Amino acid sequence: MKKHGWMALVAGALVSTGCGEEPLEEARARPVVERYAALVNENYTDAVEKARALQTAVNVFVADPTEAKLAAARNAWLAARPAYGQSESFRFYGGPIDDEDTGPEGRINAWPLDEAYIDAVEGSPTAGIINATDSYAQLDEELLKSLNERDGETNIATGYHAIEFLLWGQDRSETGPGNRPASDFVDGGTAPNAARRRTYLKLATDLLVKDLESVRAQWTPGSDNYAKQFIALDAEEAVQRILTGMGSLSGAELSGERMTVAYDNKDQEDEHSCFSDSTLADLYANAVGIQNVYLGRYGGQDGAGLDELVAQVDPALDKKMKEQLQASLDAIQAIPGPFDQAILGAENSPGRQKVKAAVEALKTQTETLVDVATALGIELNLE
Amino acid sequence: MRRTISLLLLLACACGEEGPEPGEELSGGETTVHDTTRNAFTLAARNLQGERRDAFFVGNALFNRNWVTAPSSTEGLDGLGPTFNAPSCAACHFKDGRGKPPTEPDEKPLSLLFRLSIPGQDAHGGPVGDATYGGQLQPQSILGVPAEGHVALSHTPREGSYGDGTAYTLEEPHYTLVDLAFGPAHPELMMSPRVAPAMVGLGLLEAIPDSALEALADPDDKNGDGISGRINHVWDVEHGEVRVGRFGWKANQPSLRQQNAGAFRGDIGITSDLFPEEECTAAQQVCREAPSGGVPELEAQKLEQVTFYTRMLAVPARRNVDEPEVLRGRRLFRELDCAVCHVPRYETGTLEDAPELSKQVIFPYTDLLLHDMGPELADDRPDYEATGREWRTPPLWGIGLVETVNRHTRFLHDGRARSLEEAILWHGGEAERSRERFRNLSATDRAALLRFLESL
Repeated sequence: MKKHGWMALVAGALVSTGCGEEPLEEARARPVVERYAALVNENYTDAVEKARALQTAVNVFVADPTEAKLAAARNAWLAARPAYGQSESFRFYGGPIDDEDTGPEGRINAWPLDEAYIDAVEGSPTAGIINATDSYAQLDEELLKSLNERDGETNIATGYHAIEFLLWGQDRSETGPGNRPASDFVDGGTAPNAARRRTYLKLATDLLVKDLESVRAQWTPGSDNYAKQFIALDAEEAVQRILTGMGSLSGAELSGERMTVAYDNKDQEDEHSCFSDSTLADLYANAVGIQNVYLGRYGGQDGAGLDELVAQVDPALDKKMKEQLQASLDAIQAIPGPFDQAILGAENSPGRQKVKAAVEALKTQTETLVDVATALGIELNLE
Repeated sequence: MRRTISLLLLLACACGEEGPEPGEELSGGETTVHDTTRNAFTLAARNLQGERRDAFFVGNALFNRNWVTAPSSTEGLDGLGPTFNAPSCAACHFKDGRGKPPTEPDEKPLSLLFRLSIPGQDAHGGPVGDATYGGQLQPQSILGVPAEGHVALSHTPREGSYGDGTAYTLEEPHYTLVDLAFGPAHPELMMSPRVAPAMVGLGLLEAIPDSALEALADPDDKNGDGISGRINHVWDVEHGEVRVGRFGWKANQPSLRQQNAGAFRGDIGITSDLFPEEECTAAQQVCREAPSGGVPELEAQKLEQVTFYTRMLAVPARRNVDEPEVLRGRRLFRELDCAVCHVPRYETGTLEDAPELSKQVIFPYTDLLLHDMGPELADDRPDYEATGREWRTPPLWGIGLVETVNRHTRFLHDGRARSLEEAILWHGGEAERSRERFRNLSATDRAALLRFLESL
């Protein structure tokens, strides 16, 4: 098999190899595209189920706000995150999750958020939508939707991180996460407008479930939906989208926006899940999501992945890609938690060095993803 | 004004139009990105690599970040206000794109702000702010501090028609100060509406040598074409000297750093080394007494990071450059003399600290000079050497993607034009002759010119 990673290829050009076959030969590529659609559905189904479990825990908590029930709701939130984190590998190509007009991504997982937009913060006891009893007398789903991202990209009113802020409160601890008391949700308890806080938490959780369900519906097999269109795409176009999602998450989003920014600013607020201190788990889930797609795998389900296409044209590259995907996971796992403490300290502190090493591993992996695309006859424009 | 006619590669095409010059679709040279989605204005220069690319992401995060009221747990990001227009850069430059005037009945101006001044000049020749309301109206405030006031908008229709009889109606805006918290402003107060421009390619504009602008300037219209481009000379705070103005609707800012520091202070209420004083006049005691987020509130390093970000935002490539209709529009753009002020092509100079922006062939479609645009567009408010009728030619690169990015097509300094077509029809003064030529084109030719603009 001839290696042709050196060839300057143009998307859409037909590539002939020494053996007279195309790297994306229909018969081999089609099962991979179909498997991708199936694993996306498996992943979103998992995300929906975990979000429903969170919804149940939140309903139990708002009905009777005790510390034990708050802890259960927090655990349900933590348990819901990995499935969603893995699914972010399906973003960045205008699919159902972040379609320009209908994609709910900004309502599901936007960050960082300005706490004071939602609720009181230290020094501003009457801040936020929850305490704005005059401006927003009636809290409902439509209101939260309309307030999300209004007047600025960090005015986040909905999604995982809004729920996280309500469950944990601000994180000012150097050793652990935020520790909002359950009594903030009790009438006459530790914070005004407890009923509105309960309503808000429930509304945000219900909306999250609804939004995730809407995305999953677009990937449900056998329906007239995005998945159907995707499977019917020209193999080249489909694989281009698959790689664009992986590469954008790996590079600009994960190593850039989510890690380098926090590393450079040493700012507690600039980490993905800052209230629950579960950012490391988020980073790990993202990296797993990229590996999943390459291998055609989700959870216990495995099928034809990009690895099989790459192995056909360049076995050495396939081996390198697999090794690097694993190396990134290992590098993220090696960061001592919590992430907001790992980024502090001197340049030679173990935490900072481990974060830097993980960033580098992800960058290397991103470059290899571009090589993978080239080997498959696709020009990957990662901006 | 001298025009350099560049040697163009003549490409034969079905329509017999002259083809684009090689690389003309790469508006930002090697920085150009290929993206036509909502994110088209948000991307890093394509040739930005390694740690410098990381620095872009850091600046991006700061650009999007909401500043919060001091004191807060996030010390690095507090000090909002006391009075302000918006809590973050991105609030007005959403998706690094273009702001707009209110379009809904109850909508308050967010990405449209109002500069204020009274007759006279400050020590450096710049405008003098109102004694009570300062140099800019801040309609928002932190808890416990009064906002300065608001602006009420009304419109009058202005009827017109094309040479072929097709009628059109423009919308002329009027602005009135209302709900003023501290009594009346100066009786001779001057107000200038300014909408947030798109952020693409700013570093490249900064990299155009002064000499190129001086060569284009024709203050006394020596060549008799009715067009007198003038450089605005403005005060450079950092260097303590007068420099060439380039940024802002009246070219009243000499550098991106000063533009950014000015916006931090004026728009968000965040002080910096360049502008260490809050926008609180003596008349606003509560504002002066509000807690500060640090001296200065914006650390020098953060201003550096944001400025780097604003320099490195890429320009998206043109679309459909070879389409016959676009080529026809391209020819008309030149024939109507639009290109006299909207100068298409430059080569940037060499910047020691920015190889990505150096020696690039770029196509911004601006001369960065001041032009008298006639009484209809005038704000009647001088700004350094710019008169109340002069505006800086805005760059046109990226305008065809504004609708995709920002979901609107509002153009000109206050967003009064509801389409590119209306923007042309508002041109007056030195641009009147070009506008009249446009008005008298056939419908097919008008469509072709607009199609060309949309390809930018």
